[in-house]
Amino acid sequence: MPVFYGTEVPSRLMLGTALYPSPAVMADAFRRSGAGIATVSLRREAGNGGGQDFWALVAGLGVHLLPNTAGCHTAREAVTTAHMAREVFGTDWIKLEVIGNADTLQPDPFGLLDAARILTDDGFHVFPYMTEDLVLADRLLAAGCEVLMPWAAPIGTGLGLMNPYALRSLRAHFPDVPMVIDAGLGLPSQAAAAMEMGFDAVLLNTAVAHADDPAAMAEAFALALRAGRLAHDAGPMAPRDMAAPSTPLIGKAFL
Amino acid sequence: MRMTIRGAGVMGLCAAVELAGRGVQVVLQDPAPQAGPHQCSWWAGGMLAPICEGETADESITRLGQRAAAWWAAQGVEITANGTLVLALGRDRAELDRFAKRIASHSPVDAAGIAVLEPLLAGRFDRALHVTPEAHLNPRAALAALRARAAALDVSFTTPGPAEGQVIDCRGLAARDALPDLRGVKGEMLLLRAPGLALHRPVRLLHPRVPIYLVPRGNGVFMLGATMVESAERGRVTVRSMLELLSAAYALHPGFAEAEVLETGTDARPAFPDNRPRLRLRDGVLHLNGLYRHGYLMAPVLAQMAAAFLLDDTRPELMDEDHP
Repeated sequence: MPVFYGTEVPSRLMLGTALYPSPAVMADAFRRSGAGIATVSLRREAGNGGGQDFWALVAGLGVHLLPNTAGCHTAREAVTTAHMAREVFGTDWIKLEVIGNADTLQPDPFGLLDAARILTDDGFHVFPYMTEDLVLADRLLAAGCEVLMPWAAPIGTGLGLMNPYALRSLRAHFPDVPMVIDAGLGLPSQAAAAMEMGFDAVLLNTAVAHADDPAAMAEAFALALRAGRLAHDAGPMAPRDMAAPSTPLIGKAFL
Repeated sequence: MRMTIRGAGVMGLCAAVELAGRGVQVVLQDPAPQAGPHQCSWWAGGMLAPICEGETADESITRLGQRAAAWWAAQGVEITANGTLVLALGRDRAELDRFAKRIASHSPVDAAGIAVLEPLLAGRFDRALHVTPEAHLNPRAALAALRARAAALDVSFTTPGPAEGQVIDCRGLAARDALPDLRGVKGEMLLLRAPGLALHRPVRLLHPRVPIYLVPRGNGVFMLGATMVESAERGRVTVRSMLELLSAAYALHPGFAEAEVLETGTDARPAFPDNRPRLRLRDGVLHLNGLYRHGYLMAPVLAQMAAAFLLDDTRPELMDEDHP
């Protein structure tokens, strides 16, 4: 199972806590999928301590909490929000989001790197939400990040692994860095493909929360992750162009 | 028989009218002498939309909420029953299909149909869902009508004090002292006046993150709502929320750019973890709470169930099973 900053988590599935029909449905999704980490936002909810009840519900899920800086558009805002999160949730973990485009919610790689440097210097364990860029990954690791969270596609689109080449390249260049596919997954088959590529975990929110039956969809993803990881570990056969009969066909020319 | 109701929001008033109508001498206790901005009920949208709410709400809301419009009409409250028009902007159109799939019934409407139903929106959208039977009311007028109705039924209004007879707690989020699993879900809204613009029914504009609705209140006044933030905070309207709501209204029709902002408002909806309203008996007190987004839709149903429980010994469908 994946290890993030020295902590082994019991599942390759991480779930967001937004957009569910109700907190009860959200709790069902966690129960049925066995998800090991819950991400939780606090920027908008924090006003006058008003978010306490919901945060208590999330804490009651009994999983690791990964607060995020959702809604932050500058490094400075993200750093402030991270400090607030550390106080509220009592964890050094922070999923760092610095949004560069309000419409697509695409990460701002420059602000992200700035904020990651400041926060790792400050003792935070940063989980950077990033585009799938290899050079950005290199810089984030140099800044002290020990986990990377490349996106599959823009948040909420459900388009799946839009750039498999770049994701494979990331995986190949940094084989020992725990990597979580974050954002843009819509179907369990896409999550299985991410596992087959060797990624360590996936983070989902909309794909589960906006399903007709969120708990069943969460379970479907958990099963797909298991299948994909098992396949990765089992060592897939190498594809080839021609059919390869498992018994030699006597009397035919070798192809 | 005497009973004491705590809280004169929509829930307490519905319960008072329902019980007094069945011969109970009701004392209605509330710190405020009249309806006003201190109440969550004051800021409601006033949509009676059991089918649209079925997008995310439990099946019981859709089924039981169908009774609400007739109940309000019977209290002398003005009801407009033109259904709901559901729209999505260009690239959010997948949301329209998702919404249609989730709700119990709708009629698909094309551009020509939209022009007939809402001439204001002619040429702006090429498809929509018309959802009937659904209705809307003006919440502030409804609260005033219920208070008048209660007074006519000899309900006495007092400030909080010693209770007489069965206590029915309808204090909304204030009842958290007795109901620890109750939480607040913050909502922000605006009242706009745009005399040149007319809508005949509530319009919902779908969006994956920021769905909004616009409810016509007559005389060019519109209620624009509402945010849903997991926070019990009351009384602080944020710039971000106003930007989201107003941008959506502007996208619906640019004419809203010239509308006058009459009011901004915010409060926290009382909700249980499953977002379903319920009756709960706790230490002899009957709680009617957790109305969430469905105050005007579900308060009449809960009031009827409370009366049936207290007067006929009928176990209501929405009685809390976890807390007998």
